[in-house]
Amino acid sequence: MKFSIQVNEGPYQHQASDSAYQFTKAALEKGHECFRIFFYHDGVLNGTRLTTPPQDDRNIVKNWTELAEKYDLDLVVCVAAAQRRGIVDDGEAERNGKDATNIAPKFRISGLGQLVEAAIQSDRLVVFGD
Amino acid sequence: MSDTKNFMFLNRRAPYGTIYAWESLEVVLIAAAFEQNVSLMFVDDGVYELTKGQDTTGIGMKNFSPTYRTLGDYEVRHMYVDKASLEARGLSADDLVQVEWEDWETEESVDNIVEVVDSDRVAELLDESDVVFSF
Repeated sequence: MKFSIQVNEGPYQHQASDSAYQFTKAALEKGHECFRIFFYHDGVLNGTRLTTPPQDDRNIVKNWTELAEKYDLDLVVCVAAAQRRGIVDDGEAERNGKDATNIAPKFRISGLGQLVEAAIQSDRLVVFGD
Repeated sequence: MSDTKNFMFLNRRAPYGTIYAWESLEVVLIAAAFEQNVSLMFVDDGVYELTKGQDTTGIGMKNFSPTYRTLGDYEVRHMYVDKASLEARGLSADDLVQVEWEDWETEESVDNIVEVVDSDRVAELLDESDVVFSF
């Protein structure tokens, strides 16, 4: 089955991103396909490479990056939500005159059309959040 | 992308207090551009999103409620409101905004696409949807 995943909450405050990660990993290991992971609302905060959790805790951002590297996943952060919350890549830094970037490896910033397209292209859109 | 799906936006939260309602509306506006069958459902505190006469001047938030009234222009054809959720909050259809819809090509028009439905119908409508965006 072809899945897309929507993550609506940030890391650590809420378990949504952990659950989405576990679900995606399990689905891929069972041979299912993942068309796209879309990060929305505070979910965009999963896409910063500047998180530094304690060493004995899971690193949620790194988990996503490594999963994406292993399975060539498309991790998309919503641009409008990202601008509000300060998630920045090179293009956004240039467009909005910011002096830094923080996007994590394998994540990219794009529009809500990517979410709608994912819903159209996939057999199931699975939403994680409150 | 030639296939058309039934999109249902399930709105469960009050318009202010969290950003979910506002950012849900942003997805609805984008979805319209993809020529899908877009419907909205309002349940629980989500019914407050459609109430008339919202005034946010005291809380420093943008009042985005006028946007709901334009959804007919974005080819949203149905806006359903859960009757039980309305009643639990002491509200009725009279407290809600009206949303007009018109097909520019056929000139077919509907005065108000906001429809109050009972819980069985809510379940049926969700079941009939291909994709449920839950906010």
